[in-house]
Amino acid sequence: MKARVYVTLKKSVFDPQGHTIHDALHGMGYASVAGVRQGKFFELDLGQVDSAELARKTAEEIAHRVLANPVIEAYRVEIES
Amino acid sequence: MRVGVVVFPGSNCDHDAYHVVKHVLSQEADFVWHKDSDLSGLDAVVLPGGFSYGDYLRTGAIARFSPVMGAVREFAATGRPMLGICNGFQILQEAGLLPGAMLRNASVKFLSQPVQVRVERTDTPVTAGLRTGEVLTMPIAHGDGNFYLPDGELDRLEGEGQIVFRYVSADGRLDAAANPNGSARAIAGVCNRARNVVGLMPHPERACEAELGSADGRRLFEALIRSVVAA
Repeated sequence: MKARVYVTLKKSVFDPQGHTIHDALHGMGYASVAGVRQGKFFELDLGQVDSAELARKTAEEIAHRVLANPVIEAYRVEIES
Repeated sequence: MRVGVVVFPGSNCDHDAYHVVKHVLSQEADFVWHKDSDLSGLDAVVLPGGFSYGDYLRTGAIARFSPVMGAVREFAATGRPMLGICNGFQILQEAGLLPGAMLRNASVKFLSQPVQVRVERTDTPVTAGLRTGEVLTMPIAHGDGNFYLPDGELDRLEGEGQIVFRYVSADGRLDAAANPNGSARAIAGVCNRARNVVGLMPHPERACEAELGSADGRRLFEALIRSVVAA
């Protein structure tokens, strides 16, 4: 079973990379773009897992323990059915 | 006294730290490979700077799962002194042994330059014997040194006296222009609640001999030696 994990800086945390990309988009003429947040995307192949529930539990544990730093980052897990 | 310098794959200031302890200050020094788990016989431990695991994922995020980290945690719990420099600081944050996390520098640039830091606390093993308010010159070399904690946590850190170094101007004033990476409250270094574990982004080990532009960093290592001898 596969899981997708999205990691982004928390909304309350300033994102210097997203800010720089936002500025660049304005410079390129995309004047209406109101904001950019940069993050990371992980595709986990969890191998044989009995249920989507267990897959989610495992992926969330991995995200919490290593893929994201809970001090600055939030994560979201999707299970591919 | 005997100082252990932990070597992770990608550490690149390990030899500098070893050189300072062994050759500049004439103490015993040992390299400790990250797969070892024995820190017995050491009086102090240094986690050096570098790019452990290539900074993949996040700075320090993978190193903190290295086999040696169990022993590092136990060593810290005994109250013996531990110093994390730059990437070593980031690893100790990821391991939860020091507070905060590092964001990308506000300028989004890698910064390699001398900075001035002010000593805020002298009740740690690397600042004992220095003066509060003293300004030291040391180099920084990092892309992710923008110290972050939510405001409430920063207040708690201030209240507990855990802010050990702040970026300041040459005359010791807080000044946005002297804060190179955008760190919250100009924080350059912190300690844990027990005060035996200290981390800082500037590199004291690269500023221990006048030939290198500053010998101010040597004072931190001398304080470390005094702390061990006094203990």
